[in-house]
Amino acid sequence: MLEVRNVDAGYGSTVILQDVSLRVEEGEVVTIVGANGAGKTTTLRTISGLVTPKTGGVFFEGEEISKLQPHAVVDRGITLIPEGRQLFPDMSVRENLLMGAHRRDARGVRSETLDEVLGLFPRLGERLDQHASSLSGGEQQMVAIARGMMARPRLLMFDEPSLGLAPIIVEQVFDVISKVAASGMTVLIVEQNVWHTLKAADRGYVLENGEMVLDDAADALLENDHVRQAYLGI
Amino acid sequence: MQTFLQIIANGLMLGGLFAIVAVGLTLIFGIVKVVNFAHGEFLMVGMYLTYLLTSGLGVHPYATAVAVIPILFVLGAVTQRLLIQPLMHARDEHIQIFATVGLSTALINLALLIFGADIANTPNYGVRSQIQIGSVRILEGQLWIFLAAILLVIGLQLFLARTNTGRAIRATAQNRAAARLMGINDRFIYVLTFGIGAACVGFGSALIAPLYPTSPTIGTYFVLIAFVIVVLGGLGSIPGAFFGALIIGLVDALSGFYIGSDLREAVVFGIFLVILILKPSGLFGTRVSQAHVSP
Repeated sequence: MLEVRNVDAGYGSTVILQDVSLRVEEGEVVTIVGANGAGKTTTLRTISGLVTPKTGGVFFEGEEISKLQPHAVVDRGITLIPEGRQLFPDMSVRENLLMGAHRRDARGVRSETLDEVLGLFPRLGERLDQHASSLSGGEQQMVAIARGMMARPRLLMFDEPSLGLAPIIVEQVFDVISKVAASGMTVLIVEQNVWHTLKAADRGYVLENGEMVLDDAADALLENDHVRQAYLGI
Repeated sequence: MQTFLQIIANGLMLGGLFAIVAVGLTLIFGIVKVVNFAHGEFLMVGMYLTYLLTSGLGVHPYATAVAVIPILFVLGAVTQRLLIQPLMHARDEHIQIFATVGLSTALINLALLIFGADIANTPNYGVRSQIQIGSVRILEGQLWIFLAAILLVIGLQLFLARTNTGRAIRATAQNRAAARLMGINDRFIYVLTFGIGAACVGFGSALIAPLYPTSPTIGTYFVLIAFVIVVLGGLGSIPGAFFGALIIGLVDALSGFYIGSDLREAVVFGIFLVILILKPSGLFGTRVSQAHVSP
């Protein structure tokens, strides 16, 4: 479904990613784990069209998307839930969710999607008319995830969904991600919380200093010596 | 008392006129984050268009709005697309300001070339006739401008609050990076918003032209006042621009009568300085969102 092929990418003259390749098949939950600064976010931003690769390409269902503007990538069915939530602060929760359904394919069915999404996030149903900026960090993360789902994407990407959240909220966020994945959504997650992510994923990649050093089934990575020492502290 | 009421009425009418100029300016500033120094010249272009259409075709100046609004929309959209957008990634964002100052000068000189420095009087079709409300007298055209300003402000607010496009415009202003991730074409939103801002002043020019003589530099006077209003109301706030305009209109009228008509502008700009020092966010100012997706 998604293929990143031999991508070098960065900002200005700074190279972050070197020869990065990865694949995500339909229905899979794939994760990219790695330390802070390894290039995980840059990988997602490259897929989203926010960063244009210097060499290599990004392909979605056989079409090269690496030269497209971000809004065109969203139209193809790829939605990124960005790090740090990035809600629209002066809009209500309802308006934030409606903005998620801006994509042409999602706009016509947005009230049905809203009902479905609120089924998954019952707490947000009580907060629809509140300003997004008045919510707690955990609630804001839930709005960000729900907003991403409102686009009815074919591939949903999460950038550090547990960042800055209390441990109990982290559990809730991963519960939700598991539910989203169980509904058949194809998911790509980037996380520093390696144990939780690998538990939720089918396959994983390990990114170090902008290069893919490992890829394997998620349970195999949980048993891998390098992963255990470097990321799980076991 | 009668005089006082008359001054208040004059001030409110002047405020309505300022509002109709300031609304587009604050919209462009609030969404595109560009200070459009050519806004007054957009007004000037609109007023000349109204003048030409009214005297050429013999139609009521208000009827020219049907043509002037779309033409100004295109002028604004083209300004954003061809002048501002290429400078969006300039090393220093102030370059955009110089670009709009340059556009302003170019438009003034273009008007001088075409129309000369003489003033052009748009046929007024009776909108300069006085009407009496209670004990005060105002020009019929002033009342129409005042009502049009109210309609414009309400219409814009509804558009921004209720429509998909309006919501996308607000989203882009609040968090551009997130808006792009929602599938919003941010460049299109900026072009559209600049066009709408210019169309607002186009609407205003069809109403203003029959009351004020048109000259190449007419925009300079209005736009300076409009900047004061936009700062007073809070940058980017449409209701702020409306109420700011009424306040400045009243201040202008009251100080003109009680202090001296030569000192009106000194009082208005004195207020401008006081706001900048005491409440730089303005009456209706909201915090500016600094949120961006980090690399």
